[in-house]
Amino acid sequence: MGKDFTSALRPAIVMTILFAALLGLGYPLAMTGIGQALFPDRANGSLIRDAGGRVIGSEMVGQAFTTGRYFQTRPSAAGKGYDGLASSGSNLAPTARALADRVRADVAKRRAEGVTGALPADLVSASGSGLDPDLSPASALAQAPRVARVRGLPLAQLRALIAERTEASVFGDPHVNVLALNRALDALPRVALPGVGRADLPSR
Amino acid sequence: MTLQGWFLILAFTGILLALAKPVGLWLHALYEGRRTPLHVVLGPVERGFYRVAGIDPAAEQGWRRYALHMLLFNVVLMAFTYAVLRLQGVLPGNPQGLPGLSPHLAFNTAISFTTNTNWQSYAGESTMSNLSQMLGLTIHNFLSAATGIALAFALFRGFARREARAIGNFWADVTRVTLYLLLPICVAYTLFLIASGVPQTLAGVVDVRTLEGARQSILLGPIASQEAIKMLGTNGGGFFNANSAHPFENPTALTNMVEMLSIFVIGFGLTWCFGKAVGNTRQGWAILAAMTILFLAGTTVTYWAEASGNPVLHQIGVAGGNMEGKEVRFGIAASALFSVVTTAASCGAVNAMHDSFTALGGMIPLFNIQLGEVVVGGVGAGIYGFLLFAILAVFVAGLMVGRTPEYVGKKIEAREVKLAVLAIAVLPLLILGLTALASVLEPGLAGPLAKGPHGFSEVLYAFTSAVGNNGSAFAGLSANTPFYNGLLGIAMWGGRFFIIVPMLAIAGSLAAKKHTPESAGSFPTTGGLWVGLLVGIILILGGLTFLPSLALGPIADHLGMIRGQLF
Repeated sequence: MGKDFTSALRPAIVMTILFAALLGLGYPLAMTGIGQALFPDRANGSLIRDAGGRVIGSEMVGQAFTTGRYFQTRPSAAGKGYDGLASSGSNLAPTARALADRVRADVAKRRAEGVTGALPADLVSASGSGLDPDLSPASALAQAPRVARVRGLPLAQLRALIAERTEASVFGDPHVNVLALNRALDALPRVALPGVGRADLPSR
Repeated sequence: MTLQGWFLILAFTGILLALAKPVGLWLHALYEGRRTPLHVVLGPVERGFYRVAGIDPAAEQGWRRYALHMLLFNVVLMAFTYAVLRLQGVLPGNPQGLPGLSPHLAFNTAISFTTNTNWQSYAGESTMSNLSQMLGLTIHNFLSAATGIALAFALFRGFARREARAIGNFWADVTRVTLYLLLPICVAYTLFLIASGVPQTLAGVVDVRTLEGARQSILLGPIASQEAIKMLGTNGGGFFNANSAHPFENPTALTNMVEMLSIFVIGFGLTWCFGKAVGNTRQGWAILAAMTILFLAGTTVTYWAEASGNPVLHQIGVAGGNMEGKEVRFGIAASALFSVVTTAASCGAVNAMHDSFTALGGMIPLFNIQLGEVVVGGVGAGIYGFLLFAILAVFVAGLMVGRTPEYVGKKIEAREVKLAVLAIAVLPLLILGLTALASVLEPGLAGPLAKGPHGFSEVLYAFTSAVGNNGSAFAGLSANTPFYNGLLGIAMWGGRFFIIVPMLAIAGSLAAKKHTPESAGSFPTTGGLWVGLLVGIILILGGLTFLPSLALGPIADHLGMIRGQLF
């Protein structure tokens, strides 16, 4: 066995080095080169820039929206919320008191905004990554009256916007990208509705 | 449950059944060492590797030598990764300036990736540099997968060969599988992922000023190249903590579908390859039928449980299914399906957090791993694990009719049955033994996030996942401690190699036997009766062994959940 052992050692060590060079360096570096050449935007994170060239987010990654004038994103367990360096779900058990308490507080918040009926599950549950960029159409629609009120926009216009921004897929659920939706919201021309003003904003 | 959800599940299964034969044909060419069209490009690389390493690919090895070379290669690889992780702080390719890993975390991670487990005691984005991800981890994703397929080939040869001493050459098997199967698929797969929105760059953090004016840091890196082999090789170790739930690892419903398909595709092909190797493809289809039945049964339960939702939250005023820990772009069906696929195979990637599944929805992933991950299973490991159960099944059938059992032309005698039982007994011994240990010792009890029965589930899931070389988790468990890193490291090593060595001994013993032609008295191993027997043996063995532990964890949790009891 001693001779067998030493005769097996050389291929073990040499193949480790060769495969490390091929698979650990050659493959990822070649793919980086090809990816950067073919799909530079995607390979660099699908970043979105404002008119001044400053990065305001990524198409793929969710960011926190907490104010009343935007469609708000889901609860997030990534760091203090939507922390891009600490992706995580809550990992709370279905029978965890902490989960029930958190959901109860979020439900109460939505009730205070005037949402009635049973709430869409995604609106009050934390996502798996803590960086979910999307909302279900129902969760966006539930927030539409508040956004309409705060921005002084007709509700029908927001509903149309949500419908227009809803993406469907054969292999997944319909969803609305919140950052794209809110950017579209900011781009809407302002129409003044009588009797609605900033003073009517729900306080947060 | 929705019509669209069922369409997804059936489309997924249908595509894989259609791919089983083409992939199996390709695998069979590699099994036999035949020339493929890719040899034009990669043949010189293969020959160059052999020349530098002093390997004669035509020199056949007996099972002992095959096992020795395989083990030594894995030990050297593991030491290499341990060194890369410990030295991370002084090595280049570290845009975040991350320090080296602690000894116990580097130990755990090196074993984890060597054994195809990819249990992650760490959060990728705050622990691993780009170089560590590529050089330390990506190579294992290839080579642990290639090792698994090589071992399956060795066992196939045991069944197929007659009065032979050798079961193949380990180096030739590993090199061919890596170069002609895994690498070319991953090149195309990586490009698909990049085009779909998965980053591939050597850059690090991007600073973002959000629409509301807050600051956010977004981490980029060589993600796509690692994601491809992570799924195809049933590894499961994510670039990010959130794994395939993270939008940069799995940005769309389409990437999600492709990621799920890529977990199973080689496993499906290997069943066909086995049938071809033993001279009757119906033998392969019978195995695949048993696997598919178990897979669809598990999927149905988890999908139903998740779509039914959490009654505790319904009370509070929440509608519908359970979305805690799930991403909207996938929804409930694609998340439930992913969880069953990843645990039926020994992948362990997750696109939703299993810890937050409903009690029964989360029990199926756990039970899948406890069954030995033989429902399709990890690349290579699934089929050789399944064949151990097949040996037991023909043994049971033989006992019933009073004849020496045969399987695919080989008499199954006392030695093979003993070795098969030895290999299969590793699962309960390590899973239940170590869970019991962690459930009474202070550092073990400090781990779980959840209280009550779910806390026990978290510990049970961790050891199940480690021994099964799965790598998914009920991630509430705080596992990055010397206690858990050490114990889980041992569990992963034992769960891989304590099964492999008896399995290779069976291969050697079978190869030496004469061919026994099928006779009127042989138990047929291709029809419905055989498929039913296989399903029964797997469920009864797994059920008898693990039901008590499931009763303490998920079943107690479920009873609490429907009564609205909180912990």
